[in-house]
Amino acid sequence: MSKIGLIIGREIKSKLTNKTFIIMTFLTPLIFIGGLALIFWTSMPEKIEQKVEVIDQTGLFASTLKGNEYVSLTFSNESIETAQDNFQKSDFTTILFIFKGSDGNIIPKARLLYKKSPGLAFKTYIRTELERIYYEYKLKANNIDPNIIINARQGLVIDMEKVNENGEIKNAEGVQLFSFAMGLIMMLFILMYGMMVFRSVMEEKTNRIVEVIVSSVRPFELMIGKIIGVAIVGVIQFTITTIITAVLSMVLSGIFLKDISAMKTKFDNQNAVVSKLGINAGAHLSNTEEFKDNQKMFETLDQLQKINFVEVGVYFILFFIGGYLFYSSLLAAIGSAVDSEADSQQFMMPIILPLMIGYFLAIKIMVSPESNAVIIGSFIPFTSPIVMMARIPQGVPAWQVLSSLVILYISFIFTTWLAGKIYRTGILMYGKKTSWREIGKWLFYK
Amino acid sequence: MAAILQINNVTKRYSTHTALNDVSISVNEQAVFGLLGPNGAGKTSLIRIINQITGPDKGEILFKNEKLNLKHIEQIGYLPEERGLYKKMPVGEQALYLARLKGLSKAEAKKRLIYWFEKFDMQNWWKKRVDELSKGMQQKVQFIVTVLHEPELLILDEPFSGFDPINAQLIKNEILELRKKGATVIFSTHNMGSVEELCDNIALINKSIKILDGSVKDIRKTFRTNTYKIVFKGNILGFTNALWTGAEIIEKQSDEDIHTITVKLLNGVNSTQMLQAVLPVCQIISFSEIIPSMNDIFIRKVSEGNEALGTKSNYTE
Repeated sequence: MSKIGLIIGREIKSKLTNKTFIIMTFLTPLIFIGGLALIFWTSMPEKIEQKVEVIDQTGLFASTLKGNEYVSLTFSNESIETAQDNFQKSDFTTILFIFKGSDGNIIPKARLLYKKSPGLAFKTYIRTELERIYYEYKLKANNIDPNIIINARQGLVIDMEKVNENGEIKNAEGVQLFSFAMGLIMMLFILMYGMMVFRSVMEEKTNRIVEVIVSSVRPFELMIGKIIGVAIVGVIQFTITTIITAVLSMVLSGIFLKDISAMKTKFDNQNAVVSKLGINAGAHLSNTEEFKDNQKMFETLDQLQKINFVEVGVYFILFFIGGYLFYSSLLAAIGSAVDSEADSQQFMMPIILPLMIGYFLAIKIMVSPESNAVIIGSFIPFTSPIVMMARIPQGVPAWQVLSSLVILYISFIFTTWLAGKIYRTGILMYGKKTSWREIGKWLFYK
Repeated sequence: MAAILQINNVTKRYSTHTALNDVSISVNEQAVFGLLGPNGAGKTSLIRIINQITGPDKGEILFKNEKLNLKHIEQIGYLPEERGLYKKMPVGEQALYLARLKGLSKAEAKKRLIYWFEKFDMQNWWKKRVDELSKGMQQKVQFIVTVLHEPELLILDEPFSGFDPINAQLIKNEILELRKKGATVIFSTHNMGSVEELCDNIALINKSIKILDGSVKDIRKTFRTNTYKIVFKGNILGFTNALWTGAEIIEKQSDEDIHTITVKLLNGVNSTQMLQAVLPVCQIISFSEIIPSMNDIFIRKVSEGNEALGTKSNYTE
């Protein structure tokens, strides 16, 4: 037993002192959070003030087109040519021309000139406002009350609610992406740490140190020590990564939180107004793109908060341990059977393929969470860690989770036993190119 | 002398071939035992069985009259033919790890390592990584790790490969030293010179079967062919006539009137009779019996064995 301890210790130390490993541990959260921050930051509305000179030939927009906190409008009667000539000298950042049709009718045609390219938000703002005003104008011109149209186009709200076996209502919409992410992370973890075991086994074999070691400890102890060692390394790495991610996101949210809470306050106020006025009268607020976007975002956030993270976390660990042990023992067996990574291709297929199937099932869960393929996949040990993790946040009957776990753990005992037999013979086989038949024979050696 | 290791009727089969076929060997305590045989004879299979890396299909092995079991691992030291070290791990740390796997405490292992590192003049290697060392230096580290736990039985598979003559001599002396201190050494090699130099007893395995064993001295005596080398001064024709039918000349070399002749005695003639016959015709300068070298015996026995198995092995393969 103490010898397994020594093997575990060496495995951990050799990984933790490896430079690539250290760099990856600290770099991954930086890249992850940095990427998120970048996406978030680019999607924030720009705060560049735009001073717009509006030359409206139609006269329709002078009273209807309004600026906002970042957009200030100045209407002018200059000719297009003069405005264009004076543009560089003026302190306007953009000029908006709105053309009149040759027959004197208002046609939806405009032109935007700018010194520096304005952001997407500005362009979208101008476009949607112009479209809206033109739309309302057209309705009025045909004696249609715009409110009729607006009310008729009122979006239908469907609450997606799942009733679990205890009769509790669980909101399943919105957690789908989170569920999928859990399945994906599970797959990546199993593959990453499984490959670590694979490389470690192969390293000892190609270094030719393995024969010295197995004259001191039993091959099975060496294999188990390695698998446990890498698992502990995985937990350490996961913890460090999580802590760094948490700290970084706290720092970043400190920066962005003001914006989010400002958005939330504004949204809540609008929401209050809408519910006070009723859907019809409040339509001018509830029908804007911004309001709809916010509605979606804050609903998702609400639902994410309803996820039982403790439950998800505990299951994640249980399924990770089971799935990792299941796959890493198979990978240890493969690592022992080959002389180089290049030779391992044909043996990798049966490992990669089921993981990929699990991944595709996790995608399928987003479309049809309770399909037969998904249910079957959550019991087969090759796919169950991934599929189950992609289902659990959406609510899975307890008996399914438990029986899936039991199957997984029984299977891993079996694969470890099997791998031990292959490993014992494989680590001492050099030179010969191994085939599946050969490996089959090893199982029966004494 | 008591046997430290008894291998009784051991058979080991792999899917396509038999590695050991009913092999029995007894290794005496405090001796150097040579395990000889051509490549693929089954030596490594036998060594792995003794180290309990694999198990025999049939037969049993006794270590100090006790059935071989896991607790004996700490009493055996093994230097495999294909040996390596962790390339990225510092030498000292690595030696410590391997010693502790053999059951030494950390403190004890460190103490002994310091002693050996000083003895082999490699104190400043402790913090070096293995891939910074030459092959010979790595071999030294491996040798130390093999003997560090002071095993009663040392198994060395081709221990001198990769060593320069100076380091090979160093290791040879260590082997003899360890034997003096009470260790038994099983020694597998193709280098017959070192067998004659070091081994007390040998066993020769060919194609999974033990074909010869015994003490080196006795074996060489048994393989005597009644051949002698005579150096004399005189007339070669007279010498040949004097021999008559009592001996056959195998080789002759002449340097002016000094002749070196190798003869094989025939028809029950002994060396005294032959000398009496030739003394009147020449002046003898030297006379010695030619005892076959282990190399000759090895080649002769293995080719004999292959001839005997010739038809059969074609049949099975």
